[in-house]
Amino acid sequence: MSNTQVDARGRSCPEPVILTKKALDHYNGEAIKVLVDLEVAVENIRRFAENKGFTMSVSKLSDEDYQLTIKK
Amino acid sequence: MSSRLQIILSGLMVGKLGTILVLFGNPVNMGVCVACFYRDIAGGVGLHQAGVVQYIRPEIIGFILGAFIIAKMKGEFRVRGGSSPIIRFLLGFFLMIGALVFLGCPLRMILRLANGDLNAVTGLFGYVAGIFVGIQFIKQGFSLGRSVKQKPVGGYIMPMFAVVLLALLLARPTFIYFSTEGPGAAAAPIWMALAAGLLIGGVLQRTRLCTAGGFRDAILIKDYHFMWGLIAIFVANLAGNLIFNFEAFNLGFEGQPIAHTDHLWNFMGMSLVGITAVLLGGCPLRQTILASEGDTDAIITVVGLVAGAAFAHNFGLASSPAGSTLNGQVAVVIGLFITVGIAALSTERSVSMERGVKSNV
Repeated sequence: MSNTQVDARGRSCPEPVILTKKALDHYNGEAIKVLVDLEVAVENIRRFAENKGFTMSVSKLSDEDYQLTIKK
Repeated sequence: MSSRLQIILSGLMVGKLGTILVLFGNPVNMGVCVACFYRDIAGGVGLHQAGVVQYIRPEIIGFILGAFIIAKMKGEFRVRGGSSPIIRFLLGFFLMIGALVFLGCPLRMILRLANGDLNAVTGLFGYVAGIFVGIQFIKQGFSLGRSVKQKPVGGYIMPMFAVVLLALLLARPTFIYFSTEGPGAAAAPIWMALAAGLLIGGVLQRTRLCTAGGFRDAILIKDYHFMWGLIAIFVANLAGNLIFNFEAFNLGFEGQPIAHTDHLWNFMGMSLVGITAVLLGGCPLRQTILASEGDTDAIITVVGLVAGAAFAHNFGLASSPAGSTLNGQVAVVIGLFITVGIAALSTERSVSMERGVKSNV
């Protein structure tokens, strides 16, 4: 089990951000990958990560799933 | 347009429409109140018999259809559910009890503040206290569990419900109740209320404005994004009230419209609203928007809100301008116990860590 992988699919607000925050609190230089399935989670996590000085890229895995890659 | 500007503009729009709807007939300080409007609808369809609060509020129909249409257009209509529906029902139920003891949802609390009603300050303290308590459980890993994809038909229940309500509103069959006096009889023209609702529903589907999220994110992750939207609601409504309806502006505690001065129970009622809204992941307005874009758990929450409203008026829990009732006070205390109990039992830290951090299998 890795601390750099977060699966926040199906989670209601604000859980995706909180799960991401927990992973970023232990950031060690390795990119954090977050799975989400709602645009609102993408937006909330982007705002959070960018406020913390990280950069985030989004790739669409399917119609509903997004993988976010967060790093400094 | 930056997302900051969008959230501010959507807040200004909500606050402004709040003023306009009052000018054209809605009850004072109730341009938009999601809890009050569900309560009126519950009365309209005969789920409670409080004669002064029965009306099928077109604003709610507008929220639902506006959010549904925009979510469909933007490809964000996703039918999902299965995240503790019965717990969400209960939290929605008690959220409404708290709101009806205070006399307003968080949105109306802001509108009351913007018209000088200082009882809403007491309510605001309670709301923030409730949110603060809810956040402590979230920090402990509180979760109602994952939702999963559901059968598409489930997502259409909410817009169908709105269409049926609209038909009942226009046809006015004899089995639907319409207040002839009191707040339920005070209403802006149907087309105007419907248009305002559609606008708010559509815009808030895009900007995700949430009265619980504003305070929660500010406290929990120091993100003031939604807070800007709430401030905008207040500012636009205050400005509108002062410019267009100055005679109705009344700074103080006494004699406020559809409000009471039971400070303890204004505080306690809104505490219950705050904690339940945080655990649910959004205020009644936000739950309505989510319910309209296919979140069937949010639909259950809305059903809980309506059931809570019916219960509150059938059993004398709802406050009136004369003050809160003993039944209402007891119900708020029971609600707080049950809500905190549910929260404490849903924070199995190890379970949430395993579920949340495990890589996708």
